[in-house]
Amino acid sequence: MFDKNKLAELKEKKAAWKKSLEKSLEKRPERKEKFETDSKIPVEPTYTPVELEDFDYLQDLGLPGEYPFTRGVQPNMYRGRFFTMRQYAGFGSAEETNKRFRYLLEQGQTGLSIAFDLPTQIGFDSDHPLARGEVGKVGVAIDSLQDMEDLFTGIPLDKVTTSMTINSPAAVIMAMYLAMAEKQGIPFDKLGGTIQNDILKEYVARGTYIFPPEPSMKLITDIFAYCGEHVPMWNTISISGYHIREAGSTAVQEIAFTLANGIAYVEAAIKAGLDVDGFGPRLSFFFNAHQNFFEEIAKFRAARRVWARIMKERFEAKNPRSQMLRFHTQTAGCSLTAQQPMVNIMRVAFQALSACLGGTQSLHTNSYDEALALPSEHAVSLALRTQQVVAYEIGITDTADPLGGSYFIEKLTDQIEEQVMNYINRIDEIGGAAKAIEQGFMQKEIQQSAYEYQKEVEEDKRTVIGVNKFVTEYEEPTGLLRVDPTVTERQVEKLEKKRQERDGKKVAEALKELRSVAQTNENLMPVILEAVKAYATVGEICGVLREVYGEFQQQVLL
Amino acid sequence: MSEKIIRVLVAKIGLDGHDRGAKVIAQALKDAGMEVIYTGLRQTPESIVETAIQEDVQVIGMSILSGAHMQLLPPVTEYLRNQGAGDILVVSGGVIPKDDIPFLKEAGIAEVFTPGTSTVDIIKFIKDNVS
Repeated sequence: MFDKNKLAELKEKKAAWKKSLEKSLEKRPERKEKFETDSKIPVEPTYTPVELEDFDYLQDLGLPGEYPFTRGVQPNMYRGRFFTMRQYAGFGSAEETNKRFRYLLEQGQTGLSIAFDLPTQIGFDSDHPLARGEVGKVGVAIDSLQDMEDLFTGIPLDKVTTSMTINSPAAVIMAMYLAMAEKQGIPFDKLGGTIQNDILKEYVARGTYIFPPEPSMKLITDIFAYCGEHVPMWNTISISGYHIREAGSTAVQEIAFTLANGIAYVEAAIKAGLDVDGFGPRLSFFFNAHQNFFEEIAKFRAARRVWARIMKERFEAKNPRSQMLRFHTQTAGCSLTAQQPMVNIMRVAFQALSACLGGTQSLHTNSYDEALALPSEHAVSLALRTQQVVAYEIGITDTADPLGGSYFIEKLTDQIEEQVMNYINRIDEIGGAAKAIEQGFMQKEIQQSAYEYQKEVEEDKRTVIGVNKFVTEYEEPTGLLRVDPTVTERQVEKLEKKRQERDGKKVAEALKELRSVAQTNENLMPVILEAVKAYATVGEICGVLREVYGEFQQQVLL
Repeated sequence: MSEKIIRVLVAKIGLDGHDRGAKVIAQALKDAGMEVIYTGLRQTPESIVETAIQEDVQVIGMSILSGAHMQLLPPVTEYLRNQGAGDILVVSGGVIPKDDIPFLKEAGIAEVFTPGTSTVDIIKFIKDNVS
């Protein structure tokens, strides 16, 4: 890339410069002994072509929209269309969440993202004993198709794209979405959106697993196959590093473990007889935008490059769309403080900026009050406005990958790629992601990083404004969102009514059919679709599958 | 004279899968010389009380970020009292709005540690208050 003679000259100059710098440090020492990123990559006082001696533009970057997609997945990036502004939302009943969805759309949000409550995510109906206290708390309660219909009242499914954070019961919720589209008269090939459908990271970091790995992976590849045939614009999985990062991993671990999980899904799908260029283009990803600004930007770029190479070289994917890593980003929930909560607005803005400079396809910006409660309407609209400012006002969306070619960013991108590959190779040696998770490898690495992070904060090695520095009195935010405590009662009543109204015989038959197909290797999506159309509930369908597949038992690691 | 080693049960109550905090606290208590038993996810008030009595702990620390604290935490202290184990020190932490804390304390939760609390403060609280 660089002229050899000029590089040699620069090397000499830089050596001399370094000497004089070291001398001046005797008089003016630096703020701290070590400068490093969150992943412990050392940060130098400056970066020049010397640090990028082996840099090869065409091989390492390529042009935007071209392999290895380091500079982004579209040739002109946000000049065509901004990233989708997609706030994760859901609480209480379907009706209450529908109101929040409409509010967000009115405020200029461009896509929907459903947060489901924990009973739904773990396959329990709202009247299950283990649902006690949890109905409608962290998301919307969905028991039957009726709830999904109420959730989307007045929202035509061909006019929005919807992301659904649902994993173990993904097939059930996907089927409900399809049944709803049928009722709205919208053909499946007009539907756009994403289903999270990523069980591996549930075992590692997020905890809403139901079934053991093997049947879980089968449900996932069933969705790949079914959607590949019938819902071609749907993203059939969102392979998620977000929760791995929230659980305490570093940036490098976030990418490494996510891509290792991605490899496991690709292998499972190929094993199930699917063509890599059939399902490959519908794989999508989900990452965290954390505090260390430049490392985050480099992380997104490195992730795209590593995945492109994996898909092309390891899995021999030919279709460029299979090689493209498309991703959603959410700002880092764990970086928000309960102290001086308005400061969170600034944190979120910088994180959002890093996601956009990193080339995200869609974005959720957190609300400033989220260390205290679910976001209030006021807080969420400010969060949405923050990404609108990033998109519309500050000019960073006018050219693709504006930081490409920065010596520092390129060096960091290379270093992250290298460290990610080291982890992926280690996981391959263990026998793949599923084995690594079974042995607790990923969990232990994350736990260690989380503990170190906490110690750094407590030993003042890491500054958190309002927590260990500039600690002052502050005003508690007012108007925090409180989920209406009557939601459980209302939801259980609605569920009981639906159980009365529906054709019980049809439900029983559908569940019987489900049980028998679940014992074979056939795709489960068609029978689940029939069951949800008969208004069989999430709990009933998952209950049958629990009986056939058994339940995952968490290995307690400390 | 050697101090008696404090035994603590760290528990995740409810369906919430956010266990970063629970694990960090468990590790910190261990490093502070306590004996720590970690339950893993999805514990009920009943299962926590049962484990606490079986393991003969002096302290229960419960982590909850799902917003179900008002429903799930008070039964723990109630069952403990019913089982004659009301002397076990019960603390909790997580995403818990300030306004909810008086109710929880009234129900017998000795302290509620909200985001940003230092593990040093938690360790001190336990050492000062364990009977």
